[in-house]
Amino acid sequence: MDQSLAVMLTIITAATPLLIAAIGELVVERSGVLNLGVEGMMVMGAVAGFAVAFMTGSTLLGVGAAIFAGIAMSALFGFLTLTLVANQVAAGLALTLLGLGLSGLIGEAFVGQPGVKMPTLFGIDALVPFSLLLTAGVAYVLFRTKTGLVIRAVGNSHSSAHALGYRVIAIRYLSVMFGGACAGLAGGYLSLAYTPQWIENMTAGRGWIALALVVFASWRPLRTLVGAYLFGAVSILGFVVQSMGLGIPSQFLSSLPYIVTIIALVIISGNKRLTQANTPACLAQSFVPDR
Amino acid sequence: MKKLLMTAAVAAVALGLGSTASLAEAYKACWIYVGPVGDGGWSFQHDEGRKAVVAELGDKVETVFVENVAEPDSDRTIERLARDGCKIIFTTSFGFMEPTLKVAAKFPDVKFEHATGYKTAPNVTTYNSKFHEGRYVIGQIAAKMSKTGTAGYIVSFPIPEVIAGINAFMLGAQTVNPDFKVKIIWANTWFDPGKEADAAKVLLSQGADILVQHTDSTAPLQIAQEQGKFGFGQASDMMAFAPKAQLTAIVDSWGPYYIKRVKAGMDGTWTSQQSWDGMAEGAVTMAPYANMPDDVAKMAAETQAAIAAGTLHPFTGPITKQDGTVVGESGKPLSDGEIHGMNWYVKGVDDKLPQ
Repeated sequence: MDQSLAVMLTIITAATPLLIAAIGELVVERSGVLNLGVEGMMVMGAVAGFAVAFMTGSTLLGVGAAIFAGIAMSALFGFLTLTLVANQVAAGLALTLLGLGLSGLIGEAFVGQPGVKMPTLFGIDALVPFSLLLTAGVAYVLFRTKTGLVIRAVGNSHSSAHALGYRVIAIRYLSVMFGGACAGLAGGYLSLAYTPQWIENMTAGRGWIALALVVFASWRPLRTLVGAYLFGAVSILGFVVQSMGLGIPSQFLSSLPYIVTIIALVIISGNKRLTQANTPACLAQSFVPDR
Repeated sequence: MKKLLMTAAVAAVALGLGSTASLAEAYKACWIYVGPVGDGGWSFQHDEGRKAVVAELGDKVETVFVENVAEPDSDRTIERLARDGCKIIFTTSFGFMEPTLKVAAKFPDVKFEHATGYKTAPNVTTYNSKFHEGRYVIGQIAAKMSKTGTAGYIVSFPIPEVIAGINAFMLGAQTVNPDFKVKIIWANTWFDPGKEADAAKVLLSQGADILVQHTDSTAPLQIAQEQGKFGFGQASDMMAFAPKAQLTAIVDSWGPYYIKRVKAGMDGTWTSQQSWDGMAEGAVTMAPYANMPDDVAKMAAETQAAIAAGTLHPFTGPITKQDGTVVGESGKPLSDGEIHGMNWYVKGVDDKLPQ
């Protein structure tokens, strides 16, 4: 395989799980909910996807299970924060801890089992084009359709949306579950395509990076795409530079993806007022209807 | 969940709920791991060692472990264990060194054992294994098996143990092919399957056809398998993950050491020491040689036997450093201290050491 092509494919694989998880969380946050449990939902998606694919031999069923696990986790989060009006930050952190622990328990039997790899086309996993379509779809729905307008309205001013007759809690539930589905899918991508195996903690903090991407991309889908690919590109090019033995400190190269991505997204975001206009005004605020 | 249950158990004991008469008799030995026990590598092997202690001592010992402990704030975890009645605590990663010493100073009656470090105290012992002995063997295998004459080496952090591993690997490889090359990627993590896989893919795309890792996940081996290349398992036999790619693995066997030390703690003969066992003591073993021609397997087995017998030492002088200076007397091995503090590359390593 051509050298630069191999490197490019590696970049795409590294960026895809970040992109999928971040796009899901973007919708959640646009609806005014902050779910810090991305890591936990992702790791549950990874273990469920692996387990089902391993038992049935079908990666398609595995992907389905990964999505379902993510939705189940996010529904639990929704129940706590939307129905019981628990603190979103605390519930999100708890969701991450729960996901990491529970996935370890479920996955114990699957450690060391051979994985099933998702079929590829020209070295690209089926989920890669899907992630691009997903981004375009979310961008379209959020900013070009009434559904998107309603989701954003709920996130910007839940009282107004409620007064207009929109069912704030139901819309938030659906958004949260969409985010869960995406996080679960991103996890499934890890255990079925990226590194087709199950190891505890295999998400290794990717959920947190996805969360950060959403903020630095100022809640815009296409910027999230740029951010995820930039992050992937800089991490992988850092490895390429290292393997050439040029003697650039590896610690610097390791921190570069974070630095470059933040700088780039801050520059793209440019105008401060526009950035603030993009921040969902009701982010992380619980909503209790007056009557 | 296991972790949660364990935490709950520790909390229950702390509250005096869980301490029954029989438990009070048991000697409490505790472990903290840097990764999950399910990592299939480093932490997994330490946990195997813990299980060996349970199997050997049965009811006389109560064991507790905490997994996934982040190195920077490990002192809280260590202190909690010490407060909860652990009599001996094994801290199993290099980064736990300072936290271990800090907590040990507060609990003079608790015995601490820190793996892979170099600082001791009256109640702190260090222990490690001579992994570089195994790396010398895999260096020879790599040089025999590589078609491109280049290995890709994924490493975690520039600490002496890792650097000595790279050097031993190269010295072994150079006995077979003096021009053998190695490409090095510092992943700056012990455990991140995705990142390790990325590094593996990059190395293979840059002309390496054998992968060596000093990180803990099985991902690099799996990439090797996917691309029809070879690699070596780290810390544990990873054959199940890559049956067509694993040539062998350097297996850490901590059980005998843990049994010895827990027993010493129980009968009061425990003293502070610096333990460094290798192939001779059975602390470092090699997984079965596979996926290679018989003559290569034979050579590897002979080298392994010679190291175990003490007739071959990977770091036998004179050794030429990367900068051209020579260390070690002819025919004599470097001292343990020199290997413990190794912060230079041997000649032939094409990388600059991160400072």
